[in-house]
Amino acid sequence: MVQVHFTAHLQRVAPENPIDGAGSTIREVLASVFAKTPGLKTYILDDQDRLRIHIAVFLDGEHLRGSDILSQPVKPDSELYILQALSGGDN
Amino acid sequence: MSDLMLVSTRKGLMTYTRNEKGWVHDATHFYGSPVSLALSDKSGQTILAALNLGHFGVKLHRTQDGGKTWTELDPPAYPKADGGESDESAPANKGIWALEWADPQNPNAVWCGTAPGGLFYSDDLGATWTLNRGLWDFEERKKWVGGGTVDPALHSVCVDPRDKNRIAVGVSCGGVNLTEDGGKTWRVASHGMWAAYVPPGAKDDPAVQDVHMIVQSPTNPDIYWCQHHNAMFRSTDASKSWQEIKPVPVSNFGFAVAVHPKDPETAWYVPAHSDQIRAPVDGKVVVNRTRDGGKTFTTLRNGLPQENAFDLIYRHGLAIDRTGERLAMGSTTGGLWATDDQGENWASVSNTLPPVYAVRFA
Repeated sequence: MVQVHFTAHLQRVAPENPIDGAGSTIREVLASVFAKTPGLKTYILDDQDRLRIHIAVFLDGEHLRGSDILSQPVKPDSELYILQALSGGDN
Repeated sequence: MSDLMLVSTRKGLMTYTRNEKGWVHDATHFYGSPVSLALSDKSGQTILAALNLGHFGVKLHRTQDGGKTWTELDPPAYPKADGGESDESAPANKGIWALEWADPQNPNAVWCGTAPGGLFYSDDLGATWTLNRGLWDFEERKKWVGGGTVDPALHSVCVDPRDKNRIAVGVSCGGVNLTEDGGKTWRVASHGMWAAYVPPGAKDDPAVQDVHMIVQSPTNPDIYWCQHHNAMFRSTDASKSWQEIKPVPVSNFGFAVAVHPKDPETAWYVPAHSDQIRAPVDGKVVVNRTRDGGKTFTTLRNGLPQENAFDLIYRHGLAIDRTGERLAMGSTTGGLWATDDQGENWASVSNTLPPVYAVRFA
């Protein structure tokens, strides 16, 4: 199972501890997590199920960039960090 | 007069109550989070609060016990487009710019205006929302552009007190749009406005007008008041036509406008220095009030900062209560003032707030 960590800033709606997700891509892994955590999805994805622009995703230690992050493949034992990007801190 | 004030700020929703000494801070909700707008019922028990979190998007919360407890609701969301997951142009809610009660007979009916221009309706007090397809599919919407933000923002929703199906919405920049069938069909209704920011041949196009705010007189709903990007306008024929209000003292630039709830000829504007500067003229915070339909204005300043001020009042930053005697306004630099005499004298409620996005009375 992919271990998924969420930023502590999402503590109110996300699991406090790492949670297991299943799937072959980041999108599928997140979908499996969202199914277990109602209310979390809209904090990470927008109306069109795109990754919000100020969310930073680290997969197995690598900060993913580009426009198609959610389609990136994951390994069964991958570790995924969903963090808030510093770029969104202007509020 | 209303003794409960809701102040939406960059760091939370502050409530103030009025006692014999003046306005007193009551509570701060959503501490640290940007709250763009709130809508309260008359009792102050039911409140919808719109948040716009920098990282995590638009959120909507509701209380039905005066803020003791809040429930997070799904915010209005744009329908999924084919291939929207990989299409950067597919619409998503970028911000809630308007929240208004939709039906005097139905306390659960709400209109919500958003960026990039979608109007949403809820008949269950915000639990679920439906995009108004009539306006979203309206051909003239293709002319809309952003004003101040990248995306067009639907910020004003005026529900005619005579007929809930007659609704005028203001869009920056998309003019005034009017429906008379509850939102099924729309027409542009900003004829007479003119735009200084487009080539001369396009300046009279009603669909490109940067309407900053429109309000409708409750007692003579044929009368609307508008603060526009480069002028002030008024309509006296139910928005069939608009006439420019001039001359205007201090400045005709600004964002906010309020109309007296019983006297359609009385309105308040908060002037600011030009779109390039966006600060009080000569550093003095003032309010322009007319009692004769815009023919003449009195510039009110008692109790307001009169030197070195940079306070800008946003479009939802000026509020009037149901009596028409009490007003309040909050500024971009954290000032909050209230008056009980139609603006003759203002009292400072706070000068240490975060930037204020909206002020409303319950």
